[in-house]
Order: sequence, then structure tokens, then C-alpha cells
Amino acid sequence: MSAPLLEVEDLSVAFPGEGGHVRVVDRVDLSIAAGETLALVGESGCGKSMTALAIMRLVPRPGRIEAGSHIRFDGRELRSLSVPQMRAVRGGQIGMIFQEPMTSLNPVTMVGEQVMEAIGLHASLAQTQARERVLELFALVGIPDPKQRFSAYPHQLSGGLKQRVMIAMAMAAKPRLLIADEPTTALDATIRAQILELLRNLSASTGTALLLITHDFGVVNEVADRVAVMYAGRIVEEGTRRELLSRPRHPYAQGLLRSIPRPEARGQRLEEIKGAVPRPGHWPAGCRFHPRCPSAFAPCPTLEPERTAVSPTQGAWCHLVAEESQR
Amino acid sequence: MTVLSADALLEIRDLRTWFPIRTGILQRVDRHVRAVDGVDLTVFPGETVALVGESGCGKTTVGRTILQLVEPTGGNIWFRGINLSMLSADAFRPYRRQIQIVMQDPGSALDPRLTVRDCIAEGMDAFAIGASAEARTQAVAELMRKVSLDPDTMWRYPHEFSGGQRQRICIARALAVDPALLICDEATSALDVSIQAQILNLLADLQAERRLTYLFITHDLGVVRYFATRVAVMYLGRIVEVGPTERIFSAPRHPYTKALLASIPSLDPDRRSTRPVALGDVPSPDRPPPGCHYHPRCSERLESCSRDDPPVVPFADGVCRCVLALSNREARINAG
Repeated sequence: MSAPLLEVEDLSVAFPGEGGHVRVVDRVDLSIAAGETLALVGESGCGKSMTALAIMRLVPRPGRIEAGSHIRFDGRELRSLSVPQMRAVRGGQIGMIFQEPMTSLNPVTMVGEQVMEAIGLHASLAQTQARERVLELFALVGIPDPKQRFSAYPHQLSGGLKQRVMIAMAMAAKPRLLIADEPTTALDATIRAQILELLRNLSASTGTALLLITHDFGVVNEVADRVAVMYAGRIVEEGTRRELLSRPRHPYAQGLLRSIPRPEARGQRLEEIKGAVPRPGHWPAGCRFHPRCPSAFAPCPTLEPERTAVSPTQGAWCHLVAEESQR
Repeated sequence: MTVLSADALLEIRDLRTWFPIRTGILQRVDRHVRAVDGVDLTVFPGETVALVGESGCGKTTVGRTILQLVEPTGGNIWFRGINLSMLSADAFRPYRRQIQIVMQDPGSALDPRLTVRDCIAEGMDAFAIGASAEARTQAVAELMRKVSLDPDTMWRYPHEFSGGQRQRICIARALAVDPALLICDEATSALDVSIQAQILNLLADLQAERRLTYLFITHDLGVVRYFATRVAVMYLGRIVEVGPTERIFSAPRHPYTKALLASIPSLDPDRRSTRPVALGDVPSPDRPPPGCHYHPRCSERLESCSRDDPPVVPFADGVCRCVLALSNREARINAG
């Protein structure tokens, strides 16, 4: 197997808080191969968005990436790059789109100009060429009447079109990796379907790898190749889309999937995960999920679980899975 | 369509709620946003009717109009056979007690300066329920146990609770005045999926126990299919289809309903199912397209759809506001 495009190792992010610093991301390992789509899934506050920001070295102050963390992209350690070098990577080889396309665009600049600016920064094309390239990109992301939309201002565009402009901007420099943080969460159902199809087609047609941050397993199934589930700052399970959706092994991943209202479950009670997600700084010892886990046993409250390989591609950080695999 | 159902709890007929758009220094009314534009809907006791649609379709305004939080431009709302639209504010008060609402954001729905005890007792105070403050405190404790909150925490403030717990507080507050109809406006949309399951289970238990009726306003079709008895689909101020949940999902009649269903992501790893069926974007409700509001996005449209208002076609199990439904129905009658 060739070296992955992105390799995150032992990534921890901390913020100053009660009694020293509080970790919000804790020793996360991730890897994405070229052209692959990895979904990072979890509930609010699990650290999935902060992981994405850390990869881009955009952790907001006063938070910081802790020593010992590695973020290798295309063989280079991003943490050792200078600020100008990192800026060239951002938007050059790694593009990013966010949940709220409304707040990510400049309201007083024509959207075409904004995309042109993104191109100018990273490819320094001549003006007319840049304009041509913007129209190409608009066509690529399915914006109707690209010429007319070039001179539109953000408020004149719907949420779906704004998200397409954001995707065009992120794709402008032909990045090798696109990070998308809840790209469809703020969109209506019929528009979400359009954007999901666009993301699928984009990675197929351009070979761009995708790191998709989401809380929605439906979105995962529609777009991802592989999945990593996060809980309380840690990865608890990883595997292929099929493995995670049909045979999840970690009780948290199982509970999440069972708590989704499904048509087959009509008239039956939904399975609940008791209690609530603990806040950073209040993470329990041992396995962080153990106070809410229906299968917790002796080692869970004290011993942190290691990764147990379930298949060549699936692994779970769970004592129960470890014990079952030894039998 | 004007015949009232004798056993209906809520009956909405030709409801219109328009908001004026004022322009210029004289603030003249230029035109109206027709947020709700001729809605008919019947809700029977004990059932859960889901009102679904995308943002800007008017579903929230329907809920707010029922509660008289906004004044309707026209049409009538009957509740237990009483025409609420004809009542004065004073005469409406007893009915307001019977219709309660739970909103999307439990953070902003609760007064941060009130203790949880006072948040829950607010309605009881307003409607003078309970003999004394002490009796009301007793009732609050009982309600908190009902929604699985610890009564010992009633003297704390809302910010000390998680999102899911705050939604339980909102539900307890709504139940405090013993309503018959609970309007849930995106009540589980802001919650994480594991917490959403807890709240849906709670709502199901309460319904079984108290024979509550729910008007469930949501954009989440997964929740609708799991939870609702009947579904009303709204698009740009109008209801385009009504029917029992199973039939809506297995055999939708309106092209917009079909597009909505095709947009539900699948959880089956063997099947990636979303297909973008609706073309383009939702138009602004202040300038709805002529004829059928859905026609510019419809993949089945006829020439007449951009011109003629679509007919409301009645079926045995609901209605469909589409000219194609008319021909389908006739074809079936002729074949039968």
C-alpha cells in the first residue's frame, strides 16, 4: 500500500481551562489515501470540527496543537511549515468548505471576483484566463448560467448556490484534499441531495480526496468510502462504510445507529443512549463511554481501551471487542 | 371541502397569513409575503400529524397562526368546534391553554432569569392552576419526574442543563397546563441523534398516557416516517399533499413529495439512494411562481402548470394538489 495522502498521528488539541489546559481532541490517528472519502462522524462537542481545523492549522486562539502531534500531508510535516508555506498549502493543496456558506462569503464582493481572488492567490493567472477558469469551475460545480452568476452578490444567491460557490472556490486550485465540515447541514432536503451528488461526482471526476465532517449517518452512507467515529475527543471505531453501517462493533457506534428513527421501527421504542455526552475536561477515566455503555464491565472504568482489529480495515477501541476477539 | 368533521380536534380552512412588505419613505405596502396561502388541514384527537416542508414553506407560520401569535389574513380555525378566528383575545384565553407549543431551540425558549421551577410553573400561574404556590411546586416536581428530570434540580437555572434536558423542561412546561394539542415546531431538530431518540420516546409515552394530539412541524422526513400518523406536505404557502404516513412514503402522488422522498439519505450500505429530483432552488415566498408554485422545479410539469392553479384532488385517504393527480384519479375510475 502506498503512503497515505494525509496521515494524522497522535493529534491533540488543548484549550486553557479549569485547572490547566483541557484537551478537546485527544491522540487522534487518521489517514486518507489519495482520492478517498473519509467521514469523521460524531455528536456535537466530540472534537470532529476541531480535528479538521487542526489539520489546516486553524485552531482558534488560545487553543493549540500539543507537542507530539503529527500531521503529514503528501510526505510533509505540516506542523513544521512556516506561516507563508502553510498558507500556500491551505487553499492550494487542501481546500475547505464550512456549514454556513452565508457567513463564509464576503457580502460586498461579486462571487466571481471572490473565486478569482482565490485563483489569483494560488496560480497567478492572467485576468482573462482567471475569469475563464472561474466560469469553468462554476460549470464544474453545477451553477446554472455561470456568466450571469459571476457578477452576482452573495445575497442574490440561494443557500444551495452559495454552497456551490464555496465548493468552486475550494476546488479552484485543484486541491488534492477537500475538507468539508457539515457541508449539507444548513441546506434543505432537496438541495442537500443536489450537493451530495455534486460531492460524489467531484471526487470521482477530479480525484480529490475528501474529509467529510458530519453527524449524519445518512450523509456518511451516501458519500463516504471509510468512516471514523469520534466520542469525547477520541476515535472509538473506524472501518469501511459497509463495515460501520452493517456491523458496527463499538457500543457507542451501535447505539448511535440504533437511535436513528427508521421506518422499520415504527411503533417500537427507539433505542436510547442513556445520559448525555460529557464535556471536555469532564471526561471519565478508562473508556470515556463507560458510564453510558450498556455492556461496560470490569476493566472499562479504569483502563483505557486499545485498538482491537476486527478486520484488516475495521478497528474498535473497546474492551468488550478485545475480549471477544481473543475467544 | 367546507364540511366540518364532527370529531375533529382542529380544523383549518382556507387559512391565509400574509405579511406586508413595506417600501419607500412612506412605508407603503408594496406587496405581501404569502407565508400561508389557503391551507386546509384537519387534525383528529390522539393522532400525530406531521407538517413537512423546506425552509420558507410556511409550516412554522401555520403553527404560530393557530396559537394566534400572528394574526391570520383570512380563513378559519376551529378547535373542538369553536371558531377561534371569531374570538376576542379574552375569549381565546381558555383555548390558548389547551394548545401548547414546544420549539426548536430550548435554549432561547426558557427565561434565563427564572429557576426551572418557575419556568415550568409559568403557565400554571398565568391560568391560575393549582390552589397555592406550594401546590404548584408539588405539581412541578411531579411533571419533572414525568419527563425524567430530577425534581431536586428545580431550583437551578436553565443554563445549568444540557440541550436535551432543556427540551424536557420545555415539554414539562407545556404539559403543566394540561393541553389537548401540542405543536412541536422542529422540537428535536437541534438535538443530537441519541438525545433525539430520548425525546421522541418521551413524546410517544406522553401521547399514550394522556391521549395527546401532536402537530409535528419538521423538515426531517426520517422522524416523520417513524413518528407520524398522517403527513401534510407544504410547499410555498400551500399544502400540496395529505395522506397517511405509510401511503405517502410508499406511493407519493405529488411530484414535490416524490422529490422530497428521493432526497432522504439511505442508511442501507447496499443502497445509496439520494437522487436530486427537484430542479434548482426554492423560490422566495414573496414572489411565488404563477400557476402551480412548484412548476419551475417539477420534472413532470405540463404546459398548463405555469398558468393554472392546480386543482385540489380528493382521494379516499387524503388530497393532492396537482393536475396530474386529477388524470391519475380519472384513469383509475375509468379502469375500475
